[in-house]
Amino acid sequence: MNKILLTIVISVVLSACANNKSIYHWGQYESLLYKSYHVPGEGTPDIQIVQLEQDIEKAKSLGKKTPPGLYAHLGFMYASVGNSSLAMEALEMEKSLFPESTVLIDGMINRSLKNAEGNK
Amino acid sequence: MKQLLKLVPALFLFLTGCATIEPYNYAAYEAESPRSILVIPPLNSSIDVKASYTYLSTVTMPLAEKGYYVFPVSVIDNLLKENGLPTPAEMNSIPLDKIQEHIGADAVLYVTIEKWGQEYQVLSSSTMVKGYAKLVSVKSGNLLWEAPLEAQISSDSAGYGLVGALVSAAITQVVGNLNDGTPAVSSIANMRAFNATKRGLLNGPYKKIAKK
Repeated sequence: MNKILLTIVISVVLSACANNKSIYHWGQYESLLYKSYHVPGEGTPDIQIVQLEQDIEKAKSLGKKTPPGLYAHLGFMYASVGNSSLAMEALEMEKSLFPESTVLIDGMINRSLKNAEGNK
Repeated sequence: MKQLLKLVPALFLFLTGCATIEPYNYAAYEAESPRSILVIPPLNSSIDVKASYTYLSTVTMPLAEKGYYVFPVSVIDNLLKENGLPTPAEMNSIPLDKIQEHIGADAVLYVTIEKWGQEYQVLSSSTMVKGYAKLVSVKSGNLLWEAPLEAQISSDSAGYGLVGALVSAAITQVVGNLNDGTPAVSSIANMRAFNATKRGLLNGPYKKIAKK
């Protein structure tokens, strides 16, 4: 009984104070960040790439937007496993979805191009 | 009586979230109306060394859902490390003009963590997050907004499972499957601070679009 009461109180709290309609589909992004910091082996770039790609598909199927930073993070993961073409694609995607990221993304792209030049 | 006691934390949430409180002075914030927020890895004065980066893994969702572009926290952390800033202490002292030049953020969220993790009492334990957040304009250096961060969940309160479940449902991520209660508590602390009535963050541009 008191669980029911508590549920009612909490749902009143949430409906009163927050808008529960999320703008984005979040998927595993933040939980992957946590794992990459604290759970060795569970947040490797390869694992993150697979899960983030799944999140992107899921977002599409739900008709939801992907959150800010997700494509940039994915691009960074692709770069860290040496897949520069998919990295570029993801970084450009971040920029086109969120023009606020332009300075950051252009800097990342320029630096990686310079590194690639240096390696030749 | 016991039932009533169990309701106290929920009611407390309710009251702090919605009661009539003196409104924040948003003059500087409204004048600059930032579109994008850079979160610098927090300064940590708690005894838990994991606090900074656990916090960092919980801050994107509530900020972005408030309508802001949030720079990719992990990408930024790596960028700063590559540029000779290995720890949050150093990252917190980057000059704003460097942020403008290399990242292009409108505002920076600086966070200080004071308490983090489990506290053991005689009959129960609680997981708590306590700290402080401030939003600073990159262009002018003006303080746009500040708020305390605070949340606590007791292991013996009926609210533990419920609030946890609701939070993870709301953010559709699996904080509950981790063997660590602090991400969930940190999420609650963020949501309370960012969404506090009359004292929370103003809605950012993507929230305004979504509402139309």
